Amino acid sequence: MIEIKNIKKSFGNKTVLKGIDSVFFDGKCNLIIGASGSGKTVLIKCMVGLFQPDNGEVLYAGKNFFDISNVQKKNIRKEIGMLFQGSALFDSLTVEQNVMFPLEMFTNDKYSIKRKRVNEVLARVNIVDANKKYPAEISGGMKKRVALARAIVLNPKYLFCDEPNSGLDPQTSLVIDKLIREITTEFNITTVINTHDMNSVMEIGDNILYVFQGEKEWEGTNKDIILSKNEKLNDFIFASAFLKDAKTMRTIQETGVIPEGIKEELRDSIEENLNIDLDKDGFIGKN
Amino acid sequence: MKIIKEFGQFIKMFNGMFRTPENRKMYWKQFMLQCNDIGIGSLGIITIISVFIGAVSTLQTAYQLVSPIIPKTTIAQIVRDSVILEFAPTLSCIVLAGVVGSKIASELGNMRVSEQIDALEIMGINTKAYLILPKILAGLIMIPLLIIVSMVLGIWGGRLAGNLSGIIDASIFDKGVLMDFLPYNVIFALTKSFVFAFLITAIPAFYGYYVKGGALEIGKASTRAVVVACVLLLLADYVLSFLML
Repeated sequence: MIEIKNIKKSFGNKTVLKGIDSVFFDGKCNLIIGASGSGKTVLIKCMVGLFQPDNGEVLYAGKNFFDISNVQKKNIRKEIGMLFQGSALFDSLTVEQNVMFPLEMFTNDKYSIKRKRVNEVLARVNIVDANKKYPAEISGGMKKRVALARAIVLNPKYLFCDEPNSGLDPQTSLVIDKLIREITTEFNITTVINTHDMNSVMEIGDNILYVFQGEKEWEGTNKDIILSKNEKLNDFIFASAFLKDAKTMRTIQETGVIPEGIKEELRDSIEENLNIDLDKDGFIGKN
Repeated sequence: MKIIKEFGQFIKMFNGMFRTPENRKMYWKQFMLQCNDIGIGSLGIITIISVFIGAVSTLQTAYQLVSPIIPKTTIAQIVRDSVILEFAPTLSCIVLAGVVGSKIASELGNMRVSEQIDALEIMGINTKAYLILPKILAGLIMIPLLIIVSMVLGIWGGRLAGNLSGIIDASIFDKGVLMDFLPYNVIFALTKSFVFAFLITAIPAFYGYYVKGGALEIGKASTRAVVVACVLLLLADYVLSFLML
């Protein structure tokens, strides 16, 4: 479990994080969502120690990352895997060498054992016959999967993913989401994902933290999001007319009540699409 | 003010390099890789410029020494001393600042921008020690070796040009090269090459490591690194010549 308490961070005169508290649970996909520039990348970088927060604590299993010795920090870092937005694979190394890198740096295993482990994790992320290829020779989706393999090769306790779906098509995004979800539950990892991909939010958002202009605006699960009345959250998540309609329909499905203010045409459309009858109060099947 | 800030940041970077390696074998591998990149990778260009510098020196010296009372061995002596004292260490290192320096700055800059350095940091690796120190150490070993090669090839180039053009016979050139030879000149040249090697590797590493932004900034950092390294190299050349000669 990771806990953050009152995290504040400024760059010059600009305050990016204004005191954020949250808890990220083991075996769950913990999502940090927010618009571009809301501070979510800075928050994740504070959590992994790439930025030193001006104030606040990041507690890994109860130990504040910024109060412990360098040796302890190194030990925690060995338990962290991170998937970067641009994959951050080492250009000069092959796929196999990239995944083997943490093993070479931190273990004294024989080459055959390391190679076996590399093949295991590459198979786990569905990469086959690409061991000898260089990052420039593989697709964006494959790069993300190789980076994921590198992040989990040392069996981390904590997995951080910075916009894992950026630049990927919706289908590949779902594959990556599914993989992250499976790996998280399979190895009971505390996974923290920074995203603004709404498919990810709905698919894998076990625990969601919505950051708005450097502050925690909302927290809940992907089920809560549908029913949430937080205007800022709704404006962010259901930004398009299509998504607003989808939310309305899902809300009706979940609650059986039509939200107030809905237009008559939409009401007709819902009745037609869901093949249900709504009474004048918006309840299903009463008339 | 900016210079002071950059100097402070440079000292901080330098200080951060000296930590216990996470895995000595990996650091050694990285060091050997850099030795290959800097040493073997620059051998071609050093060979070409050294031979031509020596050749041109012979031709130009002969052109200026027109008096019949000056023996032809003097041409060889002048070529030898010019090559050892200045051309081989300084000119070669200016070229190396462009070749090696821009490569180091752009490589580290690209690693910074594409978050590869962040990825290493998160793994718990001291990136200053793992990425910068092997480059500086490899430079300190390989650049003086390249300068020795440059000296030999420069003098050989002068001998070849003199012989081919008929200006000075090879046997007379050889006699001149050995005449009044001062081994101290080689020591001076090697001292310069150590200092230059540090500047050629450390300054571009600094600009590349701390680059911020994208591809444009990598290009700017690379250019700045080469310019600053060249200026400091010339300044160091003057200071060392003043102190040691």
